[in-house]
Amino acid sequence: MSIMNRVGDWITGSQIWGSIFRHGAPKDRRTRAMVVLTNVFLHLHPVAVRKSGIKLSFTWCMGGLTFFLFLVETISGVLLMFYYRPVVEYAYTDIQGLRAHVTLGLLREIHRWGAHAMVIAIWLHMMRVFLTGSYKPPREFNWGVGVILLVLTLLLSFTGYLLPWDQLAMWAITVGSNMARATPVLGNEGPGAAFLTIGGAPIIHAGSDARFGLLAGTFVGENALLRFYVLHCVAIPLAVSVLIAVHFWRIRKDGGISGPL
Amino acid sequence: MLAESGSMQGLIDLIFSPSVIFLGSSAILAAYLTFRRALARPTAAVFAFFIFTAIYIWLCTAIKDHDGRLIALFPDNFPITLMLYSTFSLAWLGLWKAVQNDDRVARGEPLIEAGADDKVFTWPDLVYTELICMVVATAAITVWAIVLKAPLEPPANPMDIPNPSKAPWYFLGLQELLVYFDPWIAGVLLPGFIIVGLIAVPYIDKNPKGNGYYTFSERPLAISLFYFGFLIMWVVLIMLGTFLRGPNWNFFAPGHQWDPHQSAALLNINVSDIFWIKLLGGGLPSNFVIREMPGIVLLAVYFILIPVALARTLFARLFRQMGFVRYAIFMVLFMTTALVPIKMIFRWTINLKYIVGITEYFFNV
Ligand code: HEM
Repeated sequence: MSIMNRVGDWITGSQIWGSIFRHGAPKDRRTRAMVVLTNVFLHLHPVAVRKSGIKLSFTWCMGGLTFFLFLVETISGVLLMFYYRPVVEYAYTDIQGLRAHVTLGLLREIHRWGAHAMVIAIWLHMMRVFLTGSYKPPREFNWGVGVILLVLTLLLSFTGYLLPWDQLAMWAITVGSNMARATPVLGNEGPGAAFLTIGGAPIIHAGSDARFGLLAGTFVGENALLRFYVLHCVAIPLAVSVLIAVHFWRIRKDGGISGPL
Repeated sequence: MLAESGSMQGLIDLIFSPSVIFLGSSAILAAYLTFRRALARPTAAVFAFFIFTAIYIWLCTAIKDHDGRLIALFPDNFPITLMLYSTFSLAWLGLWKAVQNDDRVARGEPLIEAGADDKVFTWPDLVYTELICMVVATAAITVWAIVLKAPLEPPANPMDIPNPSKAPWYFLGLQELLVYFDPWIAGVLLPGFIIVGLIAVPYIDKNPKGNGYYTFSERPLAISLFYFGFLIMWVVLIMLGTFLRGPNWNFFAPGHQWDPHQSAALLNINVSDIFWIKLLGGGLPSNFVIREMPGIVLLAVYFILIPVALARTLFARLFRQMGFVRYAIFMVLFMTTALVPIKMIFRWTINLKYIVGITEYFFNV
C-alpha cells in the first residue's frame, strides 16, 4: 500500500471525516444515492434523473447557468459592498477607487458582466422551457414562479445600474423610472389619476405618485440611490433566493426535468 | 464612383428603416417556420450563420455615434452581441430538434427524448455535467472581465442630459415602443401584460400535446407566437433601439453620422382628424367623447367583434378547446399584442398618432 493511500485511509477513517460524510465514496448504487440524500446542497437534486432530461442538447443547461450566475453575483456583490458607500458624495469615487486601488480589480467587471449574462441566460432558459412545452401540467405553477424570477432578475439588474452614479446610471434610471409617472391612476401623468381628488385637490401629484414611491423623490437623487441600494443588495436578492428554493423544490415535486409522458 | 456610393447609401437607407427591418424580419421568421424542413437543416443554418455574421460585422463597423465611436464596441453593448448569437443559435437548435422529432413521429419512430424511464444517478452523471458547466462559465466570465472594462462615465450630473438617453439595453425594445405609444401603454400596460400573459400561458394553452419534448407540428400556434413575440418584438427591437436610434430617438441608418440637430418632420394625425376633418370635411367637435367616438368605436370593434368573428372561423377549434373564459382572456392578451404591430404599420403608412386621443386625461391609445 502506497503512502498516499495510507494517508488517504487515515483521513477518511478519522472521526472528523466520518462526522462530515456519513458514507463511503460514491462508487456503488447505495453510496451514490446516499451522497445526494445526505448533502443539503446536492439534495436539491433527485437521486436519479432521466437520461434524456439532463442532456445538454435538451436543457442547454440554462437554468443551471442562471443559478450559477446568481451565486457569482451574490459573492462578488458582497465583496463589492465592502468598498462602496451608497451616498451621493462617495458612490462615484468609491467606484473609481475600486478601479484604481484594488488588486486584481476584476470585481466590478465580474459583477457587471455576470449580471448581463444572467439576464441572457434566464431568457434562454425560458425559451427552452417554452419550446419543450415544459410549462404544461403538472408544471404550470413552477412556470409562474419562473416568470416572477425573470421580473426580479430584470429589477436586480435595473436597480444595480444606478449604483455607480455616473451619467450612464443616472439617465438610464431616469428614462426607466419616468415610465412610472404614466401608471394608470397611480401616476401623475397617467390616465385616470385626474379623477382622484379630495375637495378639488389632486391626490396623485408629482410628490405622491408611483414614480415618487420608486425614487423616494421627484428626481433621481440621493434618496433614490439609497432606495435602489437597499433593494439591490438586500430586498430583491432575498426574494430571489426564496423563490429559487421554491422553484427547485417544485422541479423535484413535479417529477423532475420534463420529458415525454 | 461618388454617384455609385450615393445610390448604395440610398439602398441602405431604404432597407434600414424601422418598417422594413420589422416587417422584413417578421417575413424571414415566417418563411423560416414555414419552410423549416429545408431551412432548419444544419447546413442551411451554417450558411445563415455566415450571412448574419457578415451583415452584423458590417453593421458594427458602419454605425457610429456623434463622436464617431462605434456603438457595437461600447462595453455595455457587448452583451447584445452575445445575446443575439446565443438567442438565434438556440432558437435554431430548438426548431431543428422539433423538425427531427416531427419527422420521427411521422415515420412512427420514438422521439429523441423517448425512454422516459432509463434513469441515471445524479452522482456522477448530473453533478459532473454541472461541474464542467460551472468551470466553463467561470473561465468565460473571468476572460470577459479581463478583456472588457466595466464602463464608467463622468459623474452623474442632473444638469447635463445626454442625448440620446437610453434605458439599459434589455429594456430598449420597450423604449422603442415609446415611438408608437404613450408611456402608459409602452412603459406600464404592455410590460404588465407581458408578465401577466406569460404567467397565464399554461392555463390558456390547453393543447395537451408537446409536453416535455421539442415539436413544431403539434403546437404550431404556440411556438409561432412565442418566436414572434420573443425574437421579433423583443430581440429585434432591442437591436434597433441600440444600434439605429440616435439623438432625440431619431432613426439613423448605417453610414449616417448621429446628428443631434436633425429633426424628423412629424405630421402625425389622429383617427378623430381623419374622421371629422378629412372624411366629413368639418371641424373637430369640442366635446372630447364625441370627438373621439370614431376611435372608440374602432377599438370596440377590434376588441369585441373581431374575437367573436375569429371564434366562429379561424379559431373555432381553439374556442371549443378553451371555453369562454380562457378564450376571452387569451383574446385580450392576443389582441393587445397584435395592436402593437398594427399601430406601427399605421404609423409608417398614414402617420397615425392616436386611435383614441383624450390628451386632456392622458388617455391616448
Ligand atoms: C433565477 C432564475 C431561474 C433559475 C435559477 C432557474 C433554474 C432552473 C433549473 C436549474 C431548472 C432545471 C432544468 C434546467 O436547467 O433547464 C429549471 C427548470 C424549470 N424552470 Fe427555471 N429557473 C429560473 C427562471 C425560470 C423562468 C424565467 C422560467 C419561465 C418563465 C422558469 C421555468 C421553469 C420550469 C417550468 C422548469 C421545469 C421544466 C423542466 O423541468 O423541464 N424558470 N429552472
